[in-house]
Amino acid sequence: MPEEKWRVNKKLVILVLGLVLLFLFIFSFFWGRFSIGPLDLIKMTLSRILNIFSHDFVIEKTWTDTMESIFFRVRMPRVALACLIGCALSVAGASYQGAFQNPMASPDILGASSGAAFGASLAILTGHRALMIMLYAFCFGLLTMGLVFIISRKARGKQIIGLILAGIMVSSLFSAATSYIKLVADTDRQLPEITYWLMGSLNGADSTKFWMAFVPIVLGSLVLFLLRWRINILTIGDEEAKTLGVNTRKLRVVIIIFATLLTAISVAVAGVIGWVGLVVPHLCRRLVGNNFRYLLPASMLFGASFLLLVDNISRNFTTTEIPLGILTAFVGAPFFIYLITRRDEVV
Amino acid sequence: MSIDVCNLSFSYGTRKVIDRVSFSARPNELLSVIGPNGVGKSTLFYCILGLYTNYSGQILIDGQDIKGLPLQKMSRLVAYVPQSNYPSFNFSVYDMVLMGTAAQISSISSPGARQRALADAAMERLGISHLRNRPYTRISGGERQLTVIARALAQQTKVLVLDEPVANLDFGNQLLVLTQVKKLARDGYTVVQATHNPDQAFMFSDNILAVHGGQVVACGAPSEVVTESMMQKLYSSNIVVESLYNDKVRVCVPKAVINDQF
Repeated sequence: MPEEKWRVNKKLVILVLGLVLLFLFIFSFFWGRFSIGPLDLIKMTLSRILNIFSHDFVIEKTWTDTMESIFFRVRMPRVALACLIGCALSVAGASYQGAFQNPMASPDILGASSGAAFGASLAILTGHRALMIMLYAFCFGLLTMGLVFIISRKARGKQIIGLILAGIMVSSLFSAATSYIKLVADTDRQLPEITYWLMGSLNGADSTKFWMAFVPIVLGSLVLFLLRWRINILTIGDEEAKTLGVNTRKLRVVIIIFATLLTAISVAVAGVIGWVGLVVPHLCRRLVGNNFRYLLPASMLFGASFLLLVDNISRNFTTTEIPLGILTAFVGAPFFIYLITRRDEVV
Repeated sequence: MSIDVCNLSFSYGTRKVIDRVSFSARPNELLSVIGPNGVGKSTLFYCILGLYTNYSGQILIDGQDIKGLPLQKMSRLVAYVPQSNYPSFNFSVYDMVLMGTAAQISSISSPGARQRALADAAMERLGISHLRNRPYTRISGGERQLTVIARALAQQTKVLVLDEPVANLDFGNQLLVLTQVKKLARDGYTVVQATHNPDQAFMFSDNILAVHGGQVVACGAPSEVVTESMMQKLYSSNIVVESLYNDKVRVCVPKAVINDQF
């Protein structure tokens, strides 16, 4: 049956995306300025795992302490965090696109990133750390989305344009506020921290950061993943969706809250990494179509691979690490031009 | 399942758009609502669909008062086919039809085998099975409307409300869609549709409801409603109604055309 074949194909695409991610994930462990051989790496990992169960197993130590420390304290958390954040931003982007019935929606265009960045800067300025930075980022991210949502509803004319204009406006407002924070920040300590972090980087990744981001990102992604088929129905228009028995207002609010949570946590741990939330879902639409049932898992896997790859480039190809946000902009901006000029569409 | 509307009134602020409207539609019946633009047809439909709830009067579906019914319950009673439109995202015909089953499954699940079977049956019934994997925006306007009607069938209601289902379609596609709508009424559905074309209303309907200024001006068999005096009243121009083929067809012609008054 043609239909069955078509469905299997989409599942196959998702499987392939998963394998690509797995390959990149493992590959990233070897790739770095401080090289660790595959054999040492396997032994090192095995020894750690065995040690959890019993201290009797001893694997002959052929690796140095520096190797072990770099691998477990620096490289592994960073690789895992890159996957986590790539996944979070892509799922957030795809979900915003569904919730706002707007293919141009994404965390940065809607202003959620700017709002979260302002919140996080404010937290850094007032001397808060880790968890409080996340909380501030989330609250201001939500505030921004609320504003954008209300303004776009009140704006006359085409919804797509209204939403983007509202996003640009609110986003620039919060960018200005962030600039003000930089102005008053302590130039020795806080200013460099805020500036570098705003450009988007995974440079400071460690296992504490990873676990702090892990819980909310898994929670947010899981909720959106479960609701994924319903998101389809939001895109056909509110009146129609309601006659199909879907409470559009409630569903939309839930989706926006969790997409904003994902955005805010990403911003809080890795700064502003633009474009991922726009580019990845659209590339996935090309691969599996617009049905969120397949689009969301595809975006998760593709997003994780994408950011991991970009971070590998950032880590390895340049002598001074280029912040991720700069690299993703180099990919994203041309893609955006392609997106608004292309004609054909596929399902 | 039947629809009974009693004394329905609705206002946008102080502007009354529906004024004490009453009518009924029964199973096996295709009821067409005609009337000039902005006469409150869409508002009337939104009330019947439970989208507008601050009306006065009573709407009964299958004898049950629908006021305050939650959306999910409403969606099991009435299905809606809007005017032809483009969604923001392109779905396949099959995905579109499957959306009709949303109320049958929980928020956190995707349609299962039962829902897929319903979607398949609905497409089969309307003769669009061959389009299942085609993009919704890449099929003809008539096929798009049939897709949305199939979605309504997958919703498993016995009442269908169609808002100008053939607006913006070419003549062939209009016939395609109206023939299917008529067939559904013959198969036991209660069908209410809005239309702008009195000739078509006459040809396809079992009963016609004529609305003007928010009020019912006529309701009954097509032969009683599509008359010269009624058409002139509704569309406020000089119209001649001609009967053809033993009154199986009636044609509304502007008098100016016949009298060479251009």
